[in-house]
Amino acid sequence: MIEALSEALQFTFMRNALMAGMLISIACGIIGTFVVIKRIVFVSGGIAHAAYGGIGLGYFFKFNPVLGAIIFSVTAALGMGAVQRKTHQRADTIIGVMWAIGMAVGIIFVDKTAGYKADLMSYLFGSILAVPSSDLLIMLVLDLIVIALMVLFYKELLAISFDETFATVENVPVDTMYMMLLCMIAFTVVMMMRVVGLIMVIALLTIPAAISGQFVKDMKKMMVLASILGVIFTTTGLWLSYFLNLTSGATIIMVSGAVYLLSLAVKPLLRHPEPEIESASASAG
Amino acid sequence: MRRAETTETPREVISVRHLWAGYENELVLEDINLAVNELDFIGLIGPNGGGKTTLLKVLLGLLPPMRGEVRILDKSIKEGRRYIGYVPQVVQFDRNFPISVWDVAQMGRLGKRRLLQRYTTEDDKVVAEALRQVEMLDLRDRPIGELSGGQRQRAYIARALATEPKILLLDEPTASVDPQVSTSIYELLSRLNEHVTILMISHDMSAISAHVKTVGCLNRQLFYHGEKQITPDMLEAAYHCPIDLIAHGIPHRVFPEHVVEEV
Repeated sequence: MIEALSEALQFTFMRNALMAGMLISIACGIIGTFVVIKRIVFVSGGIAHAAYGGIGLGYFFKFNPVLGAIIFSVTAALGMGAVQRKTHQRADTIIGVMWAIGMAVGIIFVDKTAGYKADLMSYLFGSILAVPSSDLLIMLVLDLIVIALMVLFYKELLAISFDETFATVENVPVDTMYMMLLCMIAFTVVMMMRVVGLIMVIALLTIPAAISGQFVKDMKKMMVLASILGVIFTTTGLWLSYFLNLTSGATIIMVSGAVYLLSLAVKPLLRHPEPEIESASASAG
Repeated sequence: MRRAETTETPREVISVRHLWAGYENELVLEDINLAVNELDFIGLIGPNGGGKTTLLKVLLGLLPPMRGEVRILDKSIKEGRRYIGYVPQVVQFDRNFPISVWDVAQMGRLGKRRLLQRYTTEDDKVVAEALRQVEMLDLRDRPIGELSGGQRQRAYIARALATEPKILLLDEPTASVDPQVSTSIYELLSRLNEHVTILMISHDMSAISAHVKTVGCLNRQLFYHGEKQITPDMLEAAYHCPIDLIAHGIPHRVFPEHVVEEV
């Protein structure tokens, strides 16, 4: 077993994969915590799926699809945020429509692109074993952006998550902060796309934070624990998929999901009575 | 600055003149006039849908008035609201939110620190003092979800106090607590009222009338004469159905003559 492990580590793709898992887990733990406590799982799902439009755009115009995904997901984030803020009704319907249009745009562009589209599926279902070093660099940069924004605006982000009305009265620029948070989600989603695929991004974004939130009651600790859990899930899932010859993204999600269900079962045994646990990670594409 | 011992006219801290407010196709407040003076303790009662929350939103700058003028410490709402410590209703609340009592109270300092500025040791002192005033300093590290209703209300009051307010604005402060706790919260408010003006809204007339200095009734229009007593015609005008309220047990003394006729 050990031999097999060290043998696998000889491969660059394996080392890249492990590194990618760690890099996304950091952003995932931080941003996932906000997504779970602010209950914006649905919007996050919309941002993730709309990113596919950018993939198609990248294919069609022959530039890095990851770049296209960043552009599309950030645009979707700002659009969906504006819809939520400006329209009082049917915000979720409009977000659902934008979600679908984003994907449709991607598919049409891909249709119109001539030639063989080898790694198209990897954006949908992830392919952590095929992460090139250039993508690692993009992940690192996005990670640093997410961490920097989090540190700089922690008190405002906490305030708008906990009590937006009070934050407004205290003259916190709540709309700007919320838009920034959605952009951070967009960045995170793009990073994660390579690892678990757009369709399952939401699961990996929410599950570690949801588990973590059951056991710690402090936002910073929740982020740290969620990040650690993310590293454990991606690493475990990666090795399992390697040895069992399974799709890596799906295996990572299975590991995460199993631990989440386990944590739901174990929690009542560990703690004295507390109100029901919210179902934070309900909508995995 | 703090207390005017002499008999000079009290300073007006909130002045509402001919205020009309509401939503897209629904007028909720009609021609509201209200003068809140320094160190007042005013309770506004009224039926649900009578515009209590709407008035509060206007005072907090969350809803622009349709007509009329609101001044807070002789400033516009956006400028003046920083002197208001707002205590929201605690009914809707996510018990799983990962935040401690201290972190909640610390949010009261948000208005004092701009973007990119960190909280200072001076902020810590103010927050600690606010928590001490509401007797919650010992529970500073407790997650907010593990508090009782009364403790949570105190934490919210501490947050409002941490803004170093001139005026406390409370929305149904005893909506989710039992009568004993409710009494202790009113006692706390009475103590705080020595230094800070208090305006609160509630539908719980019996509790409110026993503790505040003056009472008003709000139902589209405001019936407030700066008096402690609720007069039958105020009630009748505000509620249209006073008998129903008496059944809910209003202390006798709010009715000086208690002649309430059904309309």
